[in-house]
Amino acid sequence: MEFNQLLMIAISVIFINNFILSKFLGLCPFLGVSKKTAPAFYMGLAVTFVMTASSIITWAVYSFLLKPFHIEYLRTLSFILVIASFVQLIEMFIQKFSPALYRVFGIYLALITTNCAVFGVAVLNSEMFLKVSEDLVKALVFCAVQGFCAGVGFTMVLLFMSGIRERLELCDIPRPMKDMPIAFIVAALMSMAFMGFSGFRF
Amino acid sequence: MKKLLREFSKGIFIENPTFRLALGLCPTLAVSTSVINGFGMGVAATFVLLGSNIIVSAIRNFIPTKIRIPCFIVIIATFVTIVELMMKAYFPALSKSLGIFVPLIVVNCIVLGRAEAFASKHGISRSIFDAIGMGVGFTLALVLISAIRESLGNGTLLGLVIVRGFDPAILFILAPGALLVIGLLIGIVNYLTEK
Repeated sequence: MEFNQLLMIAISVIFINNFILSKFLGLCPFLGVSKKTAPAFYMGLAVTFVMTASSIITWAVYSFLLKPFHIEYLRTLSFILVIASFVQLIEMFIQKFSPALYRVFGIYLALITTNCAVFGVAVLNSEMFLKVSEDLVKALVFCAVQGFCAGVGFTMVLLFMSGIRERLELCDIPRPMKDMPIAFIVAALMSMAFMGFSGFRF
Repeated sequence: MKKLLREFSKGIFIENPTFRLALGLCPTLAVSTSVINGFGMGVAATFVLLGSNIIVSAIRNFIPTKIRIPCFIVIIATFVTIVELMMKAYFPALSKSLGIFVPLIVVNCIVLGRAEAFASKHGISRSIFDAIGMGVGFTLALVLISAIRESLGNGTLLGLVIVRGFDPAILFILAPGALLVIGLLIGIVNYLTEK
């Protein structure tokens, strides 16, 4: 029962309701960092890590701070602050302890601070699980799984997109359509393909 | 006065946040399924932009440069919370159809971008005009996109049927339609400004 639900969340977030292609969250990195495959992969890894971690942190904030004191209306303010300071902390930590890792991931971490996909997954978690669920541990597992899988779906689409855009560089595209516009059209076609997954039934 | 008007008009045409700067795309694409949704989102974002620009520009000399971004985020989040609660109280239907994209105004790059690039460096009156111009430009872009999507995808405009017997292409109110429409629109804007 429990495992089935988790599997359903995973498939739904990765394929059916993919964050980029059907929810339109995180479009800025999707268009900005998808020109080459290697940076796209690192960006995806960084986003997945931050999404999972911030899902867990916002679960703690919501269920131990906002809910007991009945100040749920401060959700937006507290979530964004906690996520932003957490990302900043990670950045400082990595910079101090592993300069090599920082050289690879540092710039992406800075970009993630105000990424709508990270904030979006926290808000979605609170709407879907935290508001309704009484069982704290269950809510934590659901939040963490949704955060991780949203990151996986994000990374996957980012990798597809960067592969296509590397090829597009070689194509003869009309000048006004170069770069951004053609990237949107490619994304539209990918989104159409992903609509096929909405036929999944459980 | 002329200067102020220039701050106002640049947001609408030369530096239109959606078509020229490609900022704030996530809400643009997600809520532009109907003109009413698009307009509501535009007005909400304009209010947040105006409020945060005024406050940021008023206290710009007291904010230490090192922690300015967190300060901006707190100011923006405050106004977003105001909008969230007001919308829930007075426009519950709109609040439901915009869903999580109301709290997501807080991570809209237009708002933080204007606070960082303009309001933290200029006086209050110029910041107000800058905010209104950017807000109007954003709202116009949203209304344009949502008008195209609603008329093609649903056969209606503002909820009214345009042509009887027209079989709408549902694709345009689904996710791919949004990406297709904005891609073509940016292409057209590029073509027009290139000459």
